[in-house]
Amino acid sequence: MSDKGTSREIKVLDGNRAAAYGAMLCRPDVIAAYPITPQSEVVETLFSFKAQGLLDSELIEPESEHSSMGILRGASIAGGRTFTATAAQGLLFMFENCIQVATQRLPIVMVNVCREVAGPHIVVSGHSDTMMTKGMGWIQLHARSCQEILDLIVMAYRLAEDPEIRIPVAVCYDGWFLSHLWEPVEIPTREEVARFLPPFETSPRVDPARPMVFGPWISSKVATEYRYKQSAAISRAKAKFDEIEREFQENFGRGYGGQIEEYRTDDADIVLIAMGSSASTAKVTVDKKRDEGLKVGLLRIRMFTPFPKERLATALKQKKAIGVMDKTVYFGWECGNIFLDVKSVLYSAGIKMPVLNFICGLCDSDITTEIIGRAIDAIDQAAQGKPYSEVVWPDLE
Amino acid sequence: MKEIRIHGRGGQGGVMIVRMLAAALVLEGKWASGFPSFGMERRGAPILAFARFDDKPIWEKTRVYNPDCLVVIDAGFISSPTLFDGIRPESTLVINALEPVKKQLHKNIRLIGSVDATKIGLEEVGIAVTNTAMLGAFARTTGWVQLNSLLSVLGDYFAGDKLEQNRKCVERGFKEAESVRF
Repeated sequence: MSDKGTSREIKVLDGNRAAAYGAMLCRPDVIAAYPITPQSEVVETLFSFKAQGLLDSELIEPESEHSSMGILRGASIAGGRTFTATAAQGLLFMFENCIQVATQRLPIVMVNVCREVAGPHIVVSGHSDTMMTKGMGWIQLHARSCQEILDLIVMAYRLAEDPEIRIPVAVCYDGWFLSHLWEPVEIPTREEVARFLPPFETSPRVDPARPMVFGPWISSKVATEYRYKQSAAISRAKAKFDEIEREFQENFGRGYGGQIEEYRTDDADIVLIAMGSSASTAKVTVDKKRDEGLKVGLLRIRMFTPFPKERLATALKQKKAIGVMDKTVYFGWECGNIFLDVKSVLYSAGIKMPVLNFICGLCDSDITTEIIGRAIDAIDQAAQGKPYSEVVWPDLE
Repeated sequence: MKEIRIHGRGGQGGVMIVRMLAAALVLEGKWASGFPSFGMERRGAPILAFARFDDKPIWEKTRVYNPDCLVVIDAGFISSPTLFDGIRPESTLVINALEPVKKQLHKNIRLIGSVDATKIGLEEVGIAVTNTAMLGAFARTTGWVQLNSLLSVLGDYFAGDKLEQNRKCVERGFKEAESVRF
């Protein structure tokens, strides 16, 4: 990026540096983060930006992720725009404070670089961290490219800070497969991001001249009302995100479809559902299968929380069979998290068809075009009325 | 699309090769990506790195399984049983070797470019760094990236004396690479 940030520039960046550029362009007042693989370069790059005079934020490296989120809680109540980044054990360590800030409706933006939670002793890619925290009251967005990581962070602040939403947002991307992937990224100018994302305004805020209590003990009824309003605000984020993305596209010339991204689904008989970097690879396989005459489409979940129920039901209602790729297993259900959620959507919408689940990409396993091809073939078989296994672990076949 | 797999050891700069190569190719208006093998990297351990480039956007976010080119930074890997896994027909090998490799090491390898990158690193930088000389040899052997593009992006990765030393490494790698066709 040119130091002044006055003209758009294409740079070859990895996902972590793209995230750091995204955060810098959003001008956070306070950044508190603790380094953890595979996220460390996000924090290192932000400290480097600060040293170069490119970033005018208060940068804090506390002793833990739990404290990082605690610091952001205070900074956000004081009216600051805030940012942090973490992964896996770090996310779980800050989990308690994550729930606090969500209940207090603090518009914090966080990057979670998805990593398998140990044990066994592994430091590898996977979605188990983000899936374990899906109920913490945050909005969860998932990227498929380094460009989208940067773009989502800019959109995440608009969504989080919207007066009708006021919910923290986690921008998630695959550890290593995106965090360490170098590819061209267009970096918007500071001016155009400033136009798209005005300064953060909030009220009431911590003010020594007007002491007040934040997060006090409250009655059961008021607390229940908190929960109800929090749930409603998270749901409102679905339509709001689509709206913000349309505006982003008008300003920056890139769009991804809002809550979900559909590829060749319109006339498709069968659809593969994926999330994260594997949904990018799957595009290649879908094109190949189309060339072979198979009417297959791809649906990528970008907004995982709140779950895009309405848009999924609309997109899937005329299909003959679908398959869901999950990068986690939901213990006790013998299937993946996204699979369960999709099935729930179909039931509510009165849609009945074969739904297959492919549990792959766990613990650093690569979701190759070959695995995706086998998944599409299995969905096709099910669509033709042939017997099928509902849950498949392609890496173990 | 062309796919490249780098075989090296932790500390030899294999990961930097794919970063600089992707940057040089993007400078030429191509689409490119690069990424390393994962895990708890440490010096001396075998590492893989991967690169892709094309005239259109690259959607694959996977490792490279069917390379069009192998870049071997440590000649010791020649005896590795997995070195040539998945290699496409009509492939190229670029190798850091004391003496030019004249033998067709695999039936799918049709072009071998050899360079003594370790010697170049020792003479120009003073330590056995090989990656910038290997980049020069890669450009010369494959013709897939221009020497000038590589030289243009070096400034994003090196400064001061190191920049000048590595500029010489790229140029010497390009000049001293010897090719054999099969």
